Amino acid sequence: MDIPYTVEPRPDTGVFNAKLGIWLFLASEVMLFGALFSSYILLRTGAPAWPHGRDEGLSVPLATLNTLILISSSVTMVMSWASLKLNEFKKYRLYMGLTILCGLGFMVIKSIEYSHKFETHHFPKTNTFLAIYFTLTGLHGLHVLGGMIVNGYFWGPGAKLFKKDPERFANRIEVAGLYWHFVDLVWIFLFPTLYLL
Amino acid sequence: MEAHAHDADSIRRQTRIYVAVFGALAVLTLVTVTVSYLHLSTPMAILVALVIASIKGSLVAAYFMHLISERKAIYGILILTVVFFAVLMSTPSLSAWNQRMLR
Repeated sequence: MDIPYTVEPRPDTGVFNAKLGIWLFLASEVMLFGALFSSYILLRTGAPAWPHGRDEGLSVPLATLNTLILISSSVTMVMSWASLKLNEFKKYRLYMGLTILCGLGFMVIKSIEYSHKFETHHFPKTNTFLAIYFTLTGLHGLHVLGGMIVNGYFWGPGAKLFKKDPERFANRIEVAGLYWHFVDLVWIFLFPTLYLL
Repeated sequence: MEAHAHDADSIRRQTRIYVAVFGALAVLTLVTVTVSYLHLSTPMAILVALVIASIKGSLVAAYFMHLISERKAIYGILILTVVFFAVLMSTPSLSAWNQRMLR
């Protein structure tokens, strides 16, 4: 038995099922990160003094570079989906490969930042700012890692589906892309909140 | 066949928009970093940073996530999400108000 509405839109929702599913998942993700942002506001407004990210040794140039890398990965991700829509599989592989490499670059820079913090004895237990910094960036980093695993699967073994059912494969990449763009969107707010304010 | 050619043209047009959006996001990132070195007052710095982040977030959602031309079912989910997100964001101020009342 075939799974229904993997390609054609479901009549009552107007979208294929996986797209509705990923948006419902992203809604739950908004609440997850929203709860942490809300905690950040509560901690910051309740504290007698709040340090600037730079005072806690956060590197603005590295974080700026990471922002640019993640934005680049978002554009390569959407270009990989567009390549599939244009039936250009080689270009898809190129753009998806670049997306994974950007994710890897982001994680490498993040690990450099983390190791610098630990070397200078800055841990989550050191103060409230670092506790919320490690919680937010750590959870975000796990999301990047999760996205890289999914994208890696679609770059490699998962790409076989393109030969059998190209429309369904393009829809899968669209769904993976929606998740990846959400991860980028979260970072767009995390960057100024933690590093610049 | 004609419909397929039309789709391909539309996708090619979209890819040009994606590149333009990428340029806008990169410029806005540099603007937000530059503004952070201007020593604005904290409320003004927060306002400017959040306005720029909101513009960037809207660009990503509208073009990369295709929300500019999405179906009603997706908008319905998002409206509900925005309402609950607003409740979450307002809880810290409710807490501060409650603390003031207890003093």
